[in-house]
Amino acid sequence: MSDVSISLKQWLLSDAPASPRQAFLGNVFRATRTVVKNPSALAGLVIVLLLIVIAIVAPFLDRGISPIAQDLSNRLHVPDAAHWFGTDELGRDIYSRTLYGARVTLTIVALVSVVVAPIGLAVGTMAGYLGGWVDALLMRITDIFLAFPRLVLALAFAAALGPGIENAVIAISLTAWPAYARIARAETVTIARSDFISAVIMQGASTTRILIKHVVPLCLSSVIVRLTLDMAGIILTAAGLGFLGLGAQPPTPEWGAMVSAGREVILDQWWVATIPGIAIFIVSLGFNLLGDGLRDVFDPKSV
Amino acid sequence: MVDLRVDDQTVRENSIGRAAKRVTSFIASLVLTFLGLTAITFLISRLTKIDPVLAIVGDKASQAVYDKTYAVLGLDKPLIIQYGAYLKKLLSGDFGVSVLTSQPVLSDLIHVFPATFELATVATIIGVLIGVPAGVLAAARNGRWQDHVVRVLCLFGYSIPVFWLGLVGLFVFYGKLGWVSGTGRLDIGYDDIVTTRTGILLIDAAIDGEWEIFRNAFSHLILPAGILAYFSLAYVARMTRSFMIDQLGQEYVIAARIKGRSFWGAVWVHAFPNVMVPLITVIGLSYASLLEGAVLTETVFAWPGLGQYITRALFNSDMNAVLGGTILVGTVFIGINLFCDFLYKVFDPRLRGP
Repeated sequence: MSDVSISLKQWLLSDAPASPRQAFLGNVFRATRTVVKNPSALAGLVIVLLLIVIAIVAPFLDRGISPIAQDLSNRLHVPDAAHWFGTDELGRDIYSRTLYGARVTLTIVALVSVVVAPIGLAVGTMAGYLGGWVDALLMRITDIFLAFPRLVLALAFAAALGPGIENAVIAISLTAWPAYARIARAETVTIARSDFISAVIMQGASTTRILIKHVVPLCLSSVIVRLTLDMAGIILTAAGLGFLGLGAQPPTPEWGAMVSAGREVILDQWWVATIPGIAIFIVSLGFNLLGDGLRDVFDPKSV
Repeated sequence: MVDLRVDDQTVRENSIGRAAKRVTSFIASLVLTFLGLTAITFLISRLTKIDPVLAIVGDKASQAVYDKTYAVLGLDKPLIIQYGAYLKKLLSGDFGVSVLTSQPVLSDLIHVFPATFELATVATIIGVLIGVPAGVLAAARNGRWQDHVVRVLCLFGYSIPVFWLGLVGLFVFYGKLGWVSGTGRLDIGYDDIVTTRTGILLIDAAIDGEWEIFRNAFSHLILPAGILAYFSLAYVARMTRSFMIDQLGQEYVIAARIKGRSFWGAVWVHAFPNVMVPLITVIGLSYASLLEGAVLTETVFAWPGLGQYITRALFNSDMNAVLGGTILVGTVFIGINLFCDFLYKVFDPRLRGP
């Protein structure tokens, strides 16, 4: 058994990987090892993994209480054995709603990442690789978007498109992508000058192929690190939109909207607003810790 | 080799030329970004599901009346021409009329802006007064407990939802301890006593010598301002810390120490002046983001400022007011952003070129 694990480790850490997959897995292994060694990054990783696990297995943890089941005779109930986190103004179980809220938060985070990273990568790598007027034009547009106030613009967008998770995601993405374009461009400018790119050009590769097969993979790690660091901000903006009533619509259990529901009763029934707020806090703390750790791994300069 | 014998005259002319170029590029990026912002608000106003024609003629109007109004509003023209007309209106100060207040949006904005300005300014002042020394302390005591305390405080500032902290603050300091006043800017009964000069209550009350109102306004202001200040503090302290760590590792600090300067003397007299330029940028950026962060805080504290104006308009489908507010916040935000960038380039000797 231990022989197997030792040889697996050797295979992963091999200086001469035999396949791209081995090299990739080896890098993942090395990065994971560095992150795990750093206590605060490890704490962040645990929180983020816990969030994902809770989101997946929420139906098994909810103690048989639906997050949207109303029980008006039991409204604003104090936390006790029956309702661990109490109940809200419609008698819904806050414990169960907080669990399912992880799904909403994770959905928003995943959707924003899926929209923002490809746009940022496409704009950044094209600007950096093609240079000239393409670069000037794309970066000017990026700068314009970068100078926009995120929350207020997201607010205006959500107001025009109507409230809802999808529109909140569009609104956040619209103001979040420029940072990735900048990072991807900075990386691309150095990559474009390397010998291996000249080699691929001489072999007759098209620009599209070079960008997708050779430049983008090398930009990915910085983009992922930045994405992790930004996650907390994205979660807070999404929660802010939810708090204002522009995110997920009732009865969807969204943490920001749940805090908002507790606003009226904060002086008497503190738990209604406090508990979902703590959930938001812990999750953004987790992403912040993990992001700091990842940055230390991938970018030793900034430490 | 570069000829180093350049006379003063040439140097001066060069630096004037460079300064002029810098000012032009600052103004150019300001104009471009403003155009981008208005283009987006214009698109938002076209995206909205509220039919501007129906809003005027009502749903009982005949098709002929509808078509005529449609043409009068210029909605039949190409988008780019509509945008031109929109921009022209904006530049002449016409933001449309608010459905909610039946006032021109511009006069509404002028009315509510001072409240937000007061909140964000007091918050930034508190944030800088605490954040800068905290950051310097953390850098000087790098790796020790003071550093850890500051870093954890900063990390929390990046992770706590501002609206939630506002609610908890209200619960603890107003509900439980009774140290501060509740929501709003003044207690009921104090309204409309001081004459509005600047719209900033603390200043207006002080001018009139109404110290009781000053105290009341202050006890309403301190909690929301303190909470916003925490977020400013987190950012300012974190950046100060990292700038100072850079500086304290430099050889001139060691040289100053060898010459007999005390440790704190070296920190404040030698290292600190070198971080002031980037720090001004950081403070400016945090100020701009506080103007924005005030939107959520104002909702929690029923603070009658820009944020509350925008959110109230939002729920009444008052798109003119929403977009007017967005443009105002956006313009201030962009202005501060680019101005900080500009200041940085002007004051940082390394970016001045040879």
